[in-house]
Amino acid sequence: MELIEKTAAELRSLMLQGEVNAVQITEAYLQAIRAREPKVQAFLHVDESDAMAQASAIDQKRKHGWQLGPLAGIPVAIKDVLCTKGQVTTCGSKMLQNFIPPYDAHVITRLREADAVLIGKTNMDEFAMGSSTENSAFKTTRNPWDLERIPGGSSGGSAAAVAACEAPLSLGSDTGGSIRQPASLCGIVGMKPTYGRVSRFGLIAFASSLDQIGPFSHDVTDCALLLEVIAGHDRRDSTSVYRPVPPYSKTVHTPVKPLTIGLPREFFDEGLDPEVNACVQEALKVYRSLGATIKDVSLPYSRYAVPVYYIVATAEASSNLARYDGVHYGFRAPDFDSMIHMYSRSRGLGFGKEVKRRIMLGTYALSSGYYDAYYLKALKVRRLIKEDFDRAFAECDVVMGPTSPTPAFRIGEKAENPLAMYLSDIYTISCNLAGIAGISIPCGFTKAGLPVGLQILAGPFEEEKLLRVARMYEAQTDWHLRRPRL
Amino acid sequence: MALTGDQVRWVAHLARLELTEEEFQLFTGQLTRIVDFIDQLQEVKTEGVEPLAHALPIHNVFRPDEPAPSLSVDEALANAPARKGDFYSVPAVLD
Amino acid sequence: MSRPTPYTIVIGLEVHVQLLTRTKLFCGCSTQFGLPPNSATCPVCIGMPGVLPVMNQAAFELALKAALALQCNIASFTKWDRKNYYYPDLPKNYQISQYDLPFSTGGGLEITTPHGPKWIGLIRVHLEEDAGKLLHDETGRGGDSLVDLNRAGTPLLEIVSKPDMNSPEEAKAYLEELRLLLREIGVSDCEMQEGSLRVDANVNIRIPPEHAGGRKPLPGRQHVATPIVEIKNLNSFRAVERAIAYEAQRQFEEFQETGKQMGEVSKATAGWDDVQGVTIVQRRKEEASDYRYFPEPDLVPVEVDQPWLDRIRATLPELPAARRKRFESQLGLSAYDARVLVGQGLAFADYFEAVARGCGDAKAASNWCSNQVLAVLNERKITIREFPLSPEALADLIVRIRKHNINAQRAREVFGIMLQTGDTADAIIKRLGLDVSFDTEQLRELVRKSIASNAKAVADVKAGKQKAMDALVGFVMRETKGKAPTDEVRRLMDEELAKV
Repeated sequence: MELIEKTAAELRSLMLQGEVNAVQITEAYLQAIRAREPKVQAFLHVDESDAMAQASAIDQKRKHGWQLGPLAGIPVAIKDVLCTKGQVTTCGSKMLQNFIPPYDAHVITRLREADAVLIGKTNMDEFAMGSSTENSAFKTTRNPWDLERIPGGSSGGSAAAVAACEAPLSLGSDTGGSIRQPASLCGIVGMKPTYGRVSRFGLIAFASSLDQIGPFSHDVTDCALLLEVIAGHDRRDSTSVYRPVPPYSKTVHTPVKPLTIGLPREFFDEGLDPEVNACVQEALKVYRSLGATIKDVSLPYSRYAVPVYYIVATAEASSNLARYDGVHYGFRAPDFDSMIHMYSRSRGLGFGKEVKRRIMLGTYALSSGYYDAYYLKALKVRRLIKEDFDRAFAECDVVMGPTSPTPAFRIGEKAENPLAMYLSDIYTISCNLAGIAGISIPCGFTKAGLPVGLQILAGPFEEEKLLRVARMYEAQTDWHLRRPRL
Repeated sequence: MALTGDQVRWVAHLARLELTEEEFQLFTGQLTRIVDFIDQLQEVKTEGVEPLAHALPIHNVFRPDEPAPSLSVDEALANAPARKGDFYSVPAVLD
Repeated sequence: MSRPTPYTIVIGLEVHVQLLTRTKLFCGCSTQFGLPPNSATCPVCIGMPGVLPVMNQAAFELALKAALALQCNIASFTKWDRKNYYYPDLPKNYQISQYDLPFSTGGGLEITTPHGPKWIGLIRVHLEEDAGKLLHDETGRGGDSLVDLNRAGTPLLEIVSKPDMNSPEEAKAYLEELRLLLREIGVSDCEMQEGSLRVDANVNIRIPPEHAGGRKPLPGRQHVATPIVEIKNLNSFRAVERAIAYEAQRQFEEFQETGKQMGEVSKATAGWDDVQGVTIVQRRKEEASDYRYFPEPDLVPVEVDQPWLDRIRATLPELPAARRKRFESQLGLSAYDARVLVGQGLAFADYFEAVARGCGDAKAASNWCSNQVLAVLNERKITIREFPLSPEALADLIVRIRKHNINAQRAREVFGIMLQTGDTADAIIKRLGLDVSFDTEQLRELVRKSIASNAKAVADVKAGKQKAMDALVGFVMRETKGKAPTDEVRRLMDEELAKV
């Protein structure tokens, strides 16, 4: 097996045994990026010399016998929604094409402290709005399993980078499924932690009450390793929770017994692709064989998750994105005849269509006369959705179902139909609305060779259990060992 | 419920978005379909349900009143599209 | 006093005060006034992408303190909301403020009017962030405007009164009382010049039907009410008074022309031109402002419990209204004297109390403090903390004045020398040879002698010529080589003349 196809845990033990050093690992991945990027287009910026400088600094540290962090020498790709000090951070938008933040996101600081090598910034749907990464202002990322298809989104670049072995680990952000859905479509592991588990400081906001940063990896063990590094309280985020971070990477191998799995009938509706359903059913058999009890549960209000989401998320976004106005930073249109015109033209030209569409929708939902009917109503139904989960978790350890109703679709297939695109997040959105934890793990392939993901959800701050349940299955299967031919 | 052209224009004005005629036509149709879709929420009975704005029941998070370093003027203005002296410069604002 | 008008003015004030915190509401940048432009900003107060606000505990507690002092009802649960509007001094294009669940409601403040005390109620007090500053091209050539974000994110308290004030004087009295209170409790320095106190006035007038030129009140109203105008940019209390008076009369005249009543046209805003002395009504915006308030997802709600409130309440000093009442009831001062002393601020009232304690004569201490001491402070433009005489020294002077029956003029002379030289009252009195004491009977003897020796003057006084009194008193003064206390001599003279 080539170096680049290994997991972070494997690279870490090679590092610890002195078999390889950080420079060699980084070089290998930079070479993969050079070779594969023309096809995959996962990255927006790769600064090779900066990556090599980080790697040799880590090797120096080791040479001097200093204590190395848990991700020493491991390259991590970063979704361009996360601010990196002194480096362009675009959020996939022309609006921020030249924006250089004078600060690191909290998770970036954590990665640096863990001695990871930040290898590059990955492509994404503009402002994390989309499910295919086609809404990037810069490029269209390809699914490494089928270059004619989308990698999912909005964290499509981060998912594709790991799937294509351009990095062993990456970070994404998940507002309505933006980590789990691309993980599912790219055949890797992706996790959305509980709201408040990971600091959002430095994460460019889409919908503040839903956004959460999470890991991408080849397998569950790596996911645990990366989550352990990024999770924890941060005083700069009022919604980050003060509670200890369990040693996920140590407990991940311990199966959960007894295990009760809830199967919400709403996650197996008529919109579900039969091949995806078949893979999920096979996965459930594996769990049964491991002694798990599988129970039917109902999440009756989850059918309203998509409309609730498209009100709450766009309303928050309409306000979060108001700051991009061409005054203090970001794009300013060259010609205008007044202050107001400067605003509206800069925003009109600086934002892409999907972003504008969502800002319009959110503005409408909050505007005078519609607030009660839309925004307030949505917040009430949001509570009902959360209470559905409270009931389910009172009788089950986890809830399972497909991550995405279909495998990866073709580039351009849904580009003209926003509503159809919105429905591709139908199974992932309720997790964000309820603020709970969710993971997608590979559970098979379609006949056409497209990956399928199994979504597992757990209650708030139950990441440890979630990872253990996911690992139980993974240990019995080899989907996570497959790599696309590129 | 179809959104009227006036509503779409008003919302675009509130959101400070200059739309091309093509975008205006496109959005009017798309937003109408999305709003129709969202309108299914009206069938949910929500009497007595408290709105949920924050997923987590946490409260009283404060920081102490302690100074932290500010950016230098140059750092603060480094990303400004237009700078005049030590200020951000904007087109004349008429009160 | 303004001239009588055929209408009643109705005034509600919205006051913004900056809180005396070291750092901003949501970040660690300095709140100091007058720093070089854009030198006290950071990613949070510039509103850069991805950064988040964290609430300053001191700001919230100062807000609680103010609300307690204003007798507001403190909510047990409060949250923050975003108020969305575009303006270049508002970096995020939304202001973090409070909408439907402010941390306090109700409360109020008592002011003094010529007709007696009056309670001005409050609608609410809430906490929010300030915007930056916009500098316009003063050449009038339409050049670019400049943005300074130093002030952006400074904690602001918004205090919204009920429309309980009915004259410019009442509005001013309310502002003075509010400023005094907020300064006393250390919540704000309320410096209008530095913008740490800002006032918007909502003004309209009620016209009794008989003066309404045939217009009938709208259904449900007893008076004809004109549309409310909100006057902005009021940068002194004097401007508040003048603008309200001007605006009320303008509305009366406008009403006579247009006949438009409140509810028939939307609320307008007006600017105040201090030089021309006129309000300039801006175009009425028929489009209602649409701030699209919604809960701020980046901040969590606050729950306030009784122990926390008790802890804040314990930090409150005696409030001005309570202190004035105590000065009246406990020290026997007049309402006017109590007002003057307390109105000078906490330190001044403390000084007075120390003088009163030291000399045992609150009335004399009050006179000295509100006349001589205050005159010196005003003349030298200093505060009581910088005043050279300790309260003990002034108390000692008052005791000796009484002991030696030193007259007012000589007493002021001694006071003046004390200020100049720093010598004690005792030393100066000795130097001036004023350390003689006349007992009352001794003086009365001299008064009787004067009456006996000046029959003409006595007759003149009896005939109503008060000037003749000077001759009678002058006799006693000559006898005592000018050292007799004139006030005492006059008092005794009155008594003895009454017997004649």
